[in-house]
Amino acid sequence: MGSVNLSEADYLPGTVTRSVKLLVAGPFGVGKTTFVGSVSEIRPLRTEEPITEVSVGVDDLAGLPGKTSTTVAMDFGRRTFGGVALYLFGTPGQHRFLPMWDELARGALGALVLVDTRRLDHADEILSAVEKRGLSYAVAVNEFEGARRYPAGAIRQALDLAPATPLTFCDARDQTSSIRALIVLVEHLTAGAEMLA
Amino acid sequence: MKRRRDRDLVRAYVITGGRTRPSREMGLVTLLVARDAPLQGLAPEQRRVLGVCSRHGALSVAEIAAHLDLPPSVVTILAAGLMDSGHLAVPAPESDVPEIDVLKEVLRGLRELV
Repeated sequence: MGSVNLSEADYLPGTVTRSVKLLVAGPFGVGKTTFVGSVSEIRPLRTEEPITEVSVGVDDLAGLPGKTSTTVAMDFGRRTFGGVALYLFGTPGQHRFLPMWDELARGALGALVLVDTRRLDHADEILSAVEKRGLSYAVAVNEFEGARRYPAGAIRQALDLAPATPLTFCDARDQTSSIRALIVLVEHLTAGAEMLA
Repeated sequence: MKRRRDRDLVRAYVITGGRTRPSREMGLVTLLVARDAPLQGLAPEQRRVLGVCSRHGALSVAEIAAHLDLPPSVVTILAAGLMDSGHLAVPAPESDVPEIDVLKEVLRGLRELV
């Protein structure tokens, strides 16, 4: 157990007293970690939470004889704005970790759901998981190179999005593009909060 | 059927002193700063948590967990105990800012980046 050497840049400036948690959700391999890395001011970090077999359901660990627990890994990043630290958490993409979202969603102000047009059907259970937890969200199509482009209307229809749910396009590898997608989400959240106020 | 117990889970239980829940409400993005307090009587794992915290700048529970390679659930329990003992504190905002203003600050900051 070696000692940990953190540099000054790892710590938040003394002016930061508030934090905000947003989720970057999406199926496995959609580019969540890439997105978090594009926006983060620190090298993205990973936490690992051991979970028991009971909490994931027996069938999910079929084929792993003798294993009584597994680990849910979460990648996250941070970006500071004035007195606020924004934390972006990539949700674990694997289907069997959907129940683990409860803790992750607790206190989250919203979610950006990343989708891949080549596997739109995979987005369905993610959208259900986000909605089930009452999170406000926007959808961002991560435009993979070589993937066929579809008009927004067709994607909306395929995902059965409510008219008020924002849909945008991004390249998760690109910082500016990823930040624009986040702006779409935060605008949506701000508008929602204003309506409640 | 007898199954082997998972070592990580047992270890997590041991290093929290047998506690399975934090003594106060804490989440992954709860911010923490160190406070001046004597270190006597602290368990090694509590010292490790304090060791990465600073008096000058906050870290979130999730960051502490990642840097120490500990599960966030364990860090929340250890950190809650360290708050109870006065070794850690949540940085105090100058005023209680409503959530909408926090969101607006994030939005303003994001827009400045593009």
